[in-house]
Amino acid sequence: MTEASEHSHADERPSVTDPETVARHAEYWRRNIRLLGMLLVVWFVVSYLCGIVFAEALNAFTLPFTNFPLGFWFAQQGAIYAFVILIFVYVKLMNDLDREFDVDEGASS
Amino acid sequence: MNVQAWTFLLVAASFALYIGIAVWSRASSTKDFYVAGGGVSPLANGMATAADWMSAASFISMAGLISFMGYDGSVYLMGWTGGYVLLALLLAPYLRKYGAFTVPDFVGDRYYSQLARIVAVVCAIFVSFTYVAGQMRGVGIVFGRFLEVDVNVGVGIGMAIVFFYAVLGGMKGITYTQVAQYCVLIFAFMVPAIFLSLMITGTPIPQFGLGGVEQASGIPLLERLNGLHRELGFGPYTSGTKSTLDVFFITAALMVGTAGLPHVIIRFYTVPRVRDARISVGWALLFISLLYTTAPAVAVFARTNLINSVQDVPYSQVPEWFTKWEDTGLLTFNDANGDGRIQYVGPESSMTNELTVDRDIMVLANPEIANLPAWVIGLVAAGGLAAALSTAAGLLLVISSAVSHDLLKRSLMPEITEKQELLAARCAAGVAVIVAGYFGMNPPGFVAQVVAFAFGLAASSFFPAIILGIFSKRTTREGAILGMVSGITFTAAYIVYFNFVNPEANNAANWWFGISPEGIGTLGMLLNFAVTMVVSRMTPEPPAQVQVLVDLIRVPRGAGEAHELSI
Repeated sequence: MTEASEHSHADERPSVTDPETVARHAEYWRRNIRLLGMLLVVWFVVSYLCGIVFAEALNAFTLPFTNFPLGFWFAQQGAIYAFVILIFVYVKLMNDLDREFDVDEGASS
Repeated sequence: MNVQAWTFLLVAASFALYIGIAVWSRASSTKDFYVAGGGVSPLANGMATAADWMSAASFISMAGLISFMGYDGSVYLMGWTGGYVLLALLLAPYLRKYGAFTVPDFVGDRYYSQLARIVAVVCAIFVSFTYVAGQMRGVGIVFGRFLEVDVNVGVGIGMAIVFFYAVLGGMKGITYTQVAQYCVLIFAFMVPAIFLSLMITGTPIPQFGLGGVEQASGIPLLERLNGLHRELGFGPYTSGTKSTLDVFFITAALMVGTAGLPHVIIRFYTVPRVRDARISVGWALLFISLLYTTAPAVAVFARTNLINSVQDVPYSQVPEWFTKWEDTGLLTFNDANGDGRIQYVGPESSMTNELTVDRDIMVLANPEIANLPAWVIGLVAAGGLAAALSTAAGLLLVISSAVSHDLLKRSLMPEITEKQELLAARCAAGVAVIVAGYFGMNPPGFVAQVVAFAFGLAASSFFPAIILGIFSKRTTREGAILGMVSGITFTAAYIVYFNFVNPEANNAANWWFGISPEGIGTLGMLLNFAVTMVVSRMTPEPPAQVQVLVDLIRVPRGAGEAHELSI
């Protein structure tokens, strides 16, 4: 926790003038964008593709061990489960990334 | 004990709980009032967000809507949950890092412009008021039907309760009452669902029951319902009637709108760290998904039960609930062929339909239709009230902080003291409760429609401005303002034209590319993005200190607590 250390963001400017830190933050941001991109592809596929665009085609199949038409299941159940999992995966990967680039909140001086 | 006694007991007990929590968690500073002191645990914040988010619409109307729309109802299920993925990945952590009190705070500072701040304040107040009026109406309906008091008296009681804990406790009071309200509402939603699932499919988990086998006939439930639909001339339940493109656009508008709603966003200012903001979105969606994956099951159970209990039944032998709902005017029977029996049929049938059922009553009527015990019915009433009150309180806080913080403190009267600001916030919350109550008692005919469109408006205004503010340093003041104005103007114009100016033309043949007014927010959002990006490249780049600010937002370390700042 970093209490009382900043009351104004303007005081923190030194951290962005150090070239090594700038480069590290830039790389962190690039990796972050790549992670977001991958997760949003999954988000798009489970909802917009499986649940909407190809829903009617997928309805020809049923979800194994149940009686759900597959497209209908994605639209009314599966996509929602996938969203929850996506966020928890994001939290895990992002916290790891924070630590890898030494920008996490636990270890600040 | 009868239904009314149970309802009275459960509603009174839940209200006493909310008031008790409000007294215990009084706000003593503006920080308490706006962001609950900034020390809420992620789990508690997740629950509070879930209650904040799930309104009377989610609790009372949604399962009913799906029940009548079948597959087409998926737009609400995916739209109102998928937005949390955007919120978690693209907004919440960065806004938490920035650490302001309100959404216009961020927009005003990031775009170094009072005009941008004012545009954001106006959007926030407009979106929140349309939404809150619908909640008050929901409170009135529950009181009217279950406690048999006048709808206006019901709205008045709801106002008094919200007034008490929102004005006294601010965000702090609201947060902890919302935690309690989540527990009440989810319990109230799950209990009848479990009962119904057991009765119809023999499994206690509604999500599995939906994909299970109907015990009475031995046929898979969804297949059985599709069969009933075919017989009665409704379209198949598991396939849609809307065009794929329209479903796509409506879902996107609801998702992006969810991520852009100020009362949801501010909840993530209340946790201590960026890390907590991320995980609390996850908890919020987990708690929400409990209701959202149960709702489609409730929809199918309700639909099957309704058809089985009224279709071709002699009018003289209808059950008690049927007559009670007839009294409210939300269910009407018109014996078109004069045979004394109820024909409930769809548009593709050769017979005339004689029964009209308001979609909003399905969840409330469901336990009665299925003959569940009296206490379950009372519980549903308490749950509906919890859902409506928790959302109303969250919205009122956005309105009051927009007035006292963004308009007074940050724009018009920067010299006021914290004490005065807190007083102003309380007064603004008080006035907002009264205005909301007025609209609840005298709903303008278009409230229900406008609530659905609030998402389109939020999608086409806030979302691009916030995203680009974080992800593109080059985005300028001019770009953001023109983008917000063009997005919201385009969306509002399309909606107003098809709903109020020329309602006869409101059909797929006249819509642009076949996109309904509900889905147009997606196009408005794309327009906003395009305008913002083009104009930003044509105007001088943002000042150095703003670019530094963006760099700081992108890195979690050093979040501190939500606080006031000036750049």
